Amino acid sequence: MIKSSASLTRSGPCPAHLWIFSSLGKKTIVAVTGILLVLFVIGHLLGNLTVFIGPEALNAYAEKLHSLGPILWVVRLGLLAVVGLHIFFTMLLWKENQKARPKKYIASNPIGTNVFARTMRLSGLIVLAFVVFHLAHFTARVVDPSYATMTTTLDGRQVHDVYSMVVKGFSSAPIVLIYVVGLFLLTSHLSHGLSSLFQTLGITNLRIRKNYELAGRLIAWLLFVGYASIPLSILLSGLAKGAAQ
Amino acid sequence: MKFHLKVWRQKDSHSEGTLEDYTAENIPADASFLEMLDIVNNSLTGKDVPPIQFDSDCREGICGSCSLTINGVPHGPGRGTTCQLYMRNFRDGDTITIEPFRADAFPVQRDVVVDRSAFDRIIQAGGYISERSGSAPDANSVPISKTIADKAMDAAACIGCGACAAACPNGSAMLFVSAKVTHLGLLPQGKPEADRRVLGMVRQMDKEGFGNCSNYYACEAVCPAGVPAAFIGRMNREFTAASMKEMAGMTV
Amino acid sequence: MTLDAHIPDGPLDKKWTNYKNNAKLVSPANKRKFELIIVGSGLAGASAAATLAEQGYKVKCFCFQDSPRRAHSIAAQGGINAAKNYQNDGDSVYRLFYDTIKGGDFRSREANVHRLAEVSVDIIDQCVAQGVPFAREYGGLLDNRSFGGAQVSRTFYARGQTGQQLLLGAYSGLSHQIATGAVQMFPRTEMLDLVLVDGHAKGIIVRDLNTGEITSHSADAVLLCTGGYGNVFYLSTNARGSNVTATFRAHKRGALFANPCFTQIHPTCIPVSGDYQSKLTLMSESLRNDGRIWVPKSKEDCGKEPSSIPEADRDYFLERKYPSYGNLAPRDISSRSAKEACDEGRGVGPGGLGVYLDFADAIKRLGQKTIEERYGNLFEMYRNITGENAYERPMRIYPAVHYTMGGLWVDYNLMSNIPGLHVLGEANFSDHGANRLGASALMQGLADGYFVIPYTLGNYLTTQFGKKVDANHPAFEQALKETKAHVQRLIDIKGTRPVDSFHRELGLIIWDYCGMARSAEGLTEAIGKIQKLRKEFWSDLKLIGGADGINMELERAGRVADFLEFGELMCLDALTRDESCGGHFRTEHQTPDGEALRNDEQYSFVSAWKYEGEGNTSTLVKEPLVYEQVKPSTRSYK
Repeated sequence: MIKSSASLTRSGPCPAHLWIFSSLGKKTIVAVTGILLVLFVIGHLLGNLTVFIGPEALNAYAEKLHSLGPILWVVRLGLLAVVGLHIFFTMLLWKENQKARPKKYIASNPIGTNVFARTMRLSGLIVLAFVVFHLAHFTARVVDPSYATMTTTLDGRQVHDVYSMVVKGFSSAPIVLIYVVGLFLLTSHLSHGLSSLFQTLGITNLRIRKNYELAGRLIAWLLFVGYASIPLSILLSGLAKGAAQ
Repeated sequence: MKFHLKVWRQKDSHSEGTLEDYTAENIPADASFLEMLDIVNNSLTGKDVPPIQFDSDCREGICGSCSLTINGVPHGPGRGTTCQLYMRNFRDGDTITIEPFRADAFPVQRDVVVDRSAFDRIIQAGGYISERSGSAPDANSVPISKTIADKAMDAAACIGCGACAAACPNGSAMLFVSAKVTHLGLLPQGKPEADRRVLGMVRQMDKEGFGNCSNYYACEAVCPAGVPAAFIGRMNREFTAASMKEMAGMTV
Repeated sequence: MTLDAHIPDGPLDKKWTNYKNNAKLVSPANKRKFELIIVGSGLAGASAAATLAEQGYKVKCFCFQDSPRRAHSIAAQGGINAAKNYQNDGDSVYRLFYDTIKGGDFRSREANVHRLAEVSVDIIDQCVAQGVPFAREYGGLLDNRSFGGAQVSRTFYARGQTGQQLLLGAYSGLSHQIATGAVQMFPRTEMLDLVLVDGHAKGIIVRDLNTGEITSHSADAVLLCTGGYGNVFYLSTNARGSNVTATFRAHKRGALFANPCFTQIHPTCIPVSGDYQSKLTLMSESLRNDGRIWVPKSKEDCGKEPSSIPEADRDYFLERKYPSYGNLAPRDISSRSAKEACDEGRGVGPGGLGVYLDFADAIKRLGQKTIEERYGNLFEMYRNITGENAYERPMRIYPAVHYTMGGLWVDYNLMSNIPGLHVLGEANFSDHGANRLGASALMQGLADGYFVIPYTLGNYLTTQFGKKVDANHPAFEQALKETKAHVQRLIDIKGTRPVDSFHRELGLIIWDYCGMARSAEGLTEAIGKIQKLRKEFWSDLKLIGGADGINMELERAGRVADFLEFGELMCLDALTRDESCGGHFRTEHQTPDGEALRNDEQYSFVSAWKYEGEGNTSTLVKEPLVYEQVKPSTRSYK
């Protein structure tokens, strides 16, 4: 007499499709793509920190990346796809969430949440704009055409002088301001994103949640400090130099 | 005590609603919030105004009937249900806004009465252990560690009131669903059906139009039964594993 | 009219086995053809609906709550008894049977109670298999606690939420059957009448509480699982919606109402704080293990701060009157003593209706930390409700109505005197006699639903082949018309008083005259007062809004109208039972020490009442109680 539940039929739609477009499937995809992006952000920071070692180190690092050739493009396109998925599924979730709660409370009262959590979409979109700016600034070099012509010699070969470009780029206070604001929003995004990841992926229990939430915030702010140190120190040391002259 | 009330009045599910102003006078500080509404309703009856329709039954915090959002917080200030909220927690002369539990899956039926049958349908989609009356083995034949039994009880304590979904800015019912998935999934008796259960319940939850989790934890903050949001994480894990098994063609 | 309980032959401990061996079976093919109506979705209703549907019957289940999971069984705290003897402390089916019969003060049916004790063991197995998270020991086996009225530990529990967990178990089974389509569920639907065709129960009339629509439903049998009538007192530990309407309207159609005066008063509830109060809250009796109950010796001290009253001016009345049991005297005795103290004007708190439950000595002896560990959640609940800190100031407690033992008369098959009408759980009268033991209500509800009715229903259904009627039968049309007229009559009164004020007034009458202590004089007076109040109700009730859509005042008005008739029956029953037994205490019949004095020679029977029309005195039909196995003895707790 015990029959299977009506909602579970074997001849139903494709299981992969069911998973991907289920509420939890979409969230898992956002979380996993988020992890990939965070890994990129960490790697990118570690590479960029070579700027503190000196011009040779940074230029060598940049040259090494460029010498990867097609692989670099595969990685770039991969990253683009990951960003695309991250945004696409976030938007799907957002649309559903709007529909699930069409009426707001008149006496509104944000319960149990913080501003970083509530502004994920906004911070994410601004970070996206910031990334586009960053790519235009240092990768496509359309902000200042003079970057393209900067060259230096490395191991006897002529290469692009990334170090000079960065130093020049960050000597401008408005540009640094854009970077710091962009990085702050990235941090705000990651602060909630990183502390939510484990919950979404189910790597959690009653005791450890508080710990990973703290760890998530800590990592987000460490990234901020790491990244912001580059434009700020260049700008400030430039200013110091200027003052010394 | 005296209070200014702003109460959501709505004739039926098809009508538009609005906030109406009422005054609650001579309210004893020891009255519960619902008893305050009883007093207001009696005075409204005297004035030929239809009384405010609101759900309540056990009035001791366990049946999960009451469903008022008070000043923007489902069940109001404090951690219990609306019926366990006492007027001494407010200040004399306070203005109190009373709205229904809001979620697309909880349509308003009248005033602050909402339809929460979506929760029943989610349970029907897998929130049980298939077992025939009288066919069970001896209750002590399967020992269950106290830790597991206690944790299952933490999850089973859910009263199904819907405050979690009403508090969630996304109208998400994850806390409710995860409580049942966790309760039954932890126990050895519930394991054989665990995959079917989590798939069925989550899909039904999606179908009912509940939103997704953004890890705000508003649900956990208002839950009168103290169900922790960590259970949502546990459900995510179970769901992903069950989906992978299903995709791999393993029987679920 | 004579009543046949259809008790099977054979020795007591073989009756149920013999019955099952000879019970009529309905084949799977025929089960599909039978439709059943189950009213109520509490422990009895949900368990019966799930079990019968899984056996193949077509079930329609109705409840007035917005979900079957909210039935009032959910609020039971303590636990559920079962003769598992897991503690190896000498428990057995016979002991559970005997404790229950004795606890009921020898006013229940031996065969029914023995069957209850027999199936109790299966209930625990069933619930564990469903995933009920009962408390366990570190070894992984089930834990037990002891409860009042027993010398063994046989109570299974899930924290203080046993009722909730058992109900959610039954609800999950019910939900499963709803998903398969075997049960059609009608939430927010209230039964307003029973329909009889050729003297057989063949359907019900219901009102959809959302739309106000009144419709009929036909079936081959009707099962009422609609709980007790404690709310006749207005203030009780019952849920706001708990009511007598389903059973009383069946009573009006001819079902006999048995022992309506048997009600249980629980001694440790939070006292009434004002006339606005809608509900009384129970606190676990376990508090009496460490708390000392007292009132001031003189009236003049009642208004004083309790800590300022010196030891010599306090009256620890339970310790004084019952030196060996002290503060742990049984429910009915403790409740009555508290009432007596308050009647003497020595009560404390608002209205003088309360006694102190003092933990000062226990805190001194064990430390506040230990008390916190044992009762922390109860102290917190007390603080939340009263705003007082019981660690510093003694708690105030007072008895409150908690459970009703009376109900519709049923035979061994759980069928009433109307063929086809079956009554399960608290709604029937059968198992608890004049007093129910703690942790036995949950046991009875589930026993009836999971393990009794699935066996006994076949005996009736096998007589009903080819006798199906549908809801177009003239009997349904007639009942539908009458129900609509009844609802309209309530709306048309257009008087001045809201429905709650009548209910509250009725409750006070019942509490004062038919509560913990009853007398012929008081009961006679109460009957007069109720008749007068009923007349006033039907001429001065004020309802706003019509019968369409949600109108909770209208729902309440219908229920209060039934309580107003039922209350009179209750007083009549209490008046007719000219003895004291269990929770029924007639002041004329007490021992010199103030204990209940039973009269087995004249009153060893079930009082089953037949309805004779509104305003007419009901007729008494007696079912004699025959004790083959046990010898009625006098309870003593000195």
